[in-house]
Amino acid sequence: MEGRRQAMIAEIGAFVAALALALSLAQGGLGLAYANSEARAAAAAALAQAAALCCAIAFALLITLFLQSDFTVAVVAANSHIDKPLIYKIAGAWGNHEGSMLLWCFVSALFGAIFASVRGKQSLGLWSRTIGVQGLVTVGALIYTLFLSNPFARLDPAPFVGSGLNPLLQDPALAVHPPLLYMGYVGMSVPFSLALAALIEGRADQAWARALRPWTLIAWTCLTLGIGLGSYWAYYELGWGGWWFWDPVENASFMPWLVAAALVHSAIVTERRGSLASWTILLAIMGFGLALLGTFLVRSGVLTSVHAFAVDPKRGIAVLILLGVALGAGFGLYAWRAPKLAQPSGFAAVSRESMLVWNNFGLAVAAGVVLIGTIYPLLVEALGGGLISVGPPFFNATVAPLLAMLFLLLPLGPMLTWRVGDIRGALLKLVPAIVLALITLIATLVLTQWRAAPALGLMLGVWLVAGGLIYLWTRLQRGTGKLSTKIVILPLAVWSMSLAHIGAGVLTLGAVAETAFRTETAVALAPGEGVAFAGRRVTLLDVGSTEGPNYSATRANFRVDQTNGASSVSAERRYFTTSPMPTTEVGILSGFDGDLYLALGEQVRGSEGAWTVRLYHNPLVQFIFIGVILMALGGALSLVSLARKRAAA
Amino acid sequence: MSLVVLLLAAATPAAIGDPAQETRAQALDLEIRCVQCENEPIAQSTAEIAGDMRALVRERIAAGDSDEEIRAFFRRRYGDYVLFRPPFDARTWALWAAPLLLGGAGLAAILAGRRRRRAAAVDFVPEEGER
Repeated sequence: MEGRRQAMIAEIGAFVAALALALSLAQGGLGLAYANSEARAAAAAALAQAAALCCAIAFALLITLFLQSDFTVAVVAANSHIDKPLIYKIAGAWGNHEGSMLLWCFVSALFGAIFASVRGKQSLGLWSRTIGVQGLVTVGALIYTLFLSNPFARLDPAPFVGSGLNPLLQDPALAVHPPLLYMGYVGMSVPFSLALAALIEGRADQAWARALRPWTLIAWTCLTLGIGLGSYWAYYELGWGGWWFWDPVENASFMPWLVAAALVHSAIVTERRGSLASWTILLAIMGFGLALLGTFLVRSGVLTSVHAFAVDPKRGIAVLILLGVALGAGFGLYAWRAPKLAQPSGFAAVSRESMLVWNNFGLAVAAGVVLIGTIYPLLVEALGGGLISVGPPFFNATVAPLLAMLFLLLPLGPMLTWRVGDIRGALLKLVPAIVLALITLIATLVLTQWRAAPALGLMLGVWLVAGGLIYLWTRLQRGTGKLSTKIVILPLAVWSMSLAHIGAGVLTLGAVAETAFRTETAVALAPGEGVAFAGRRVTLLDVGSTEGPNYSATRANFRVDQTNGASSVSAERRYFTTSPMPTTEVGILSGFDGDLYLALGEQVRGSEGAWTVRLYHNPLVQFIFIGVILMALGGALSLVSLARKRAAA
Repeated sequence: MSLVVLLLAAATPAAIGDPAQETRAQALDLEIRCVQCENEPIAQSTAEIAGDMRALVRERIAAGDSDEEIRAFFRRRYGDYVLFRPPFDARTWALWAAPLLLGGAGLAAILAGRRRRRAAAVDFVPEEGER
């Protein structure tokens, strides 16, 4: 009886997902062919909500299958295990290809439904057509999911225990990392739908940009948090002290992030001044294209090797077809309709607008460079040129100068007025920031014996932070009244922009300091032995065994003596029954000057009781993650500010 | 005996006494790709071969090779694939030229946009909340 009830859930899931496909298809058709009829547009909106409900049910059913450890379902058998802790059983639902694609569909339908529920002051045509395009996006994703990676497919014969999730992924950060990234990726589909709707309408005015901004901000904020969380996870889980490696999978999320950041800024120009509308449309199309490309790169197996992709090319080719359809429709419509969009209004070479144009230049060219660097090895291999690698040396040499240019101009932007700016006045106000930045430059040059890269990097970080604070200060100087009152009534938009820009500066400081000044060493230590490292003394106290819920571990306890006293820290190697490779659980002791980071290696062969221990000192590494949080907070506050404005309007 | 040394080297990259040389070695560790792993530098990998390769980097430094000579050494032994910094040649010139081309295209687009806007009418209305 129990078996039969379980046996139904997967089939109901597949049925509900198929129902969502039909509803989305109807949503697409009705929304696009709204024919000036309020009733048709309202029907498309209702269909969007129904489709989202169906996707939600399908996704909930998949989670149920994971909770029940129903190993007759192929995805559950391949990615779960009866001994797995509850939270990871749930997270296992999206910690695999098929489940994550269903999540993609769910988010796409959900965003479509939310968009359909809040019409605001959008014209009927724009609103209805955006719902229509968004419906078709969901249709594409659902077709792919149902026909090429069905999460509800059965397995016969079913195994008894399941093969288990990759133990590296058994981690709280990794439980929320994929949903955040997917909300970011799929979040870019709404700007895409809005862009296509505007092209069909032949109008991209300020009301259009106002509708675009919150969705771009949602996507950007989610991508910021998702990438930051992934980076933090890599830092404490992979056990080598690094946080970013220009890995193609990282690049796949970084490219849409860069374009989303550009779009956040260009949409402001379009909303405020009506300029750059056609560029904003182009960015929205490219942003979603890169999000789809990211999905393709990560999900097709093409990254391992072109040959691995060729073994089972069906899924990869399907994503490429979806990408081709989306970009073909986008660029085709753009080429046809963009010339008919309204004439832009003018602005001077020194103005808020021109600074935002340079911002877009830096971010868009950086995204292009990352794109070429990421796919270049694939192209060379596909063309028979053999295997090459494009890694950190290429990206650091090309992206860092672009970001440096961007950051050099950044604090000037908020100081300049729209249309025509006063560069002298802006620079005068920024004098304290300029002085601080130059002091940082010279001091770092002297202290590092003339290492230019870290000196320039730290200078830029200080320039951004100080510039952001000065902007906040000048805004607080305006008007009369007590400072405390002015802090309260300062518009949220000012806070959000300043926080995001200061966050970029804090992140820069951390990234530069960590990259340039990290120290590492590897030693063999027996219990009782110690080593002097980074101004501390690290002593291995003992090594023992512990048991976790589904793993056993070797745990080493250390004592760290520093000038302000002793502390203890421990590091583990975990052995999962389901995986041959042990995972590291590093010991991190955060201090004012950065992290002391200890990774336990293997027992030294041929010696009694000595263990390899790798020690890292990562200066200011916390700044990286604090910077990410500040930037995401800026994005979130900006959303609140837009929501308030909409409510007030 | 030499086998034991090699195994030890695999587990512990025997650090060089000279800190400047060890810093050079660690920088190279980040540029050289572990040939067995999925997209990892030898600095990061726990695979045995990565340990051997790290030891090899230090061996070459001790033998007095320059960074460029060490890159060439690894390239001869394992192919272009082993270097995260792709060499500049007939296959990769487009990669290294791409940033310049993209930047140039962007600049051209900005200049063209300015020319167009200069011709366009100026209609400035100050927005609320902004000067």
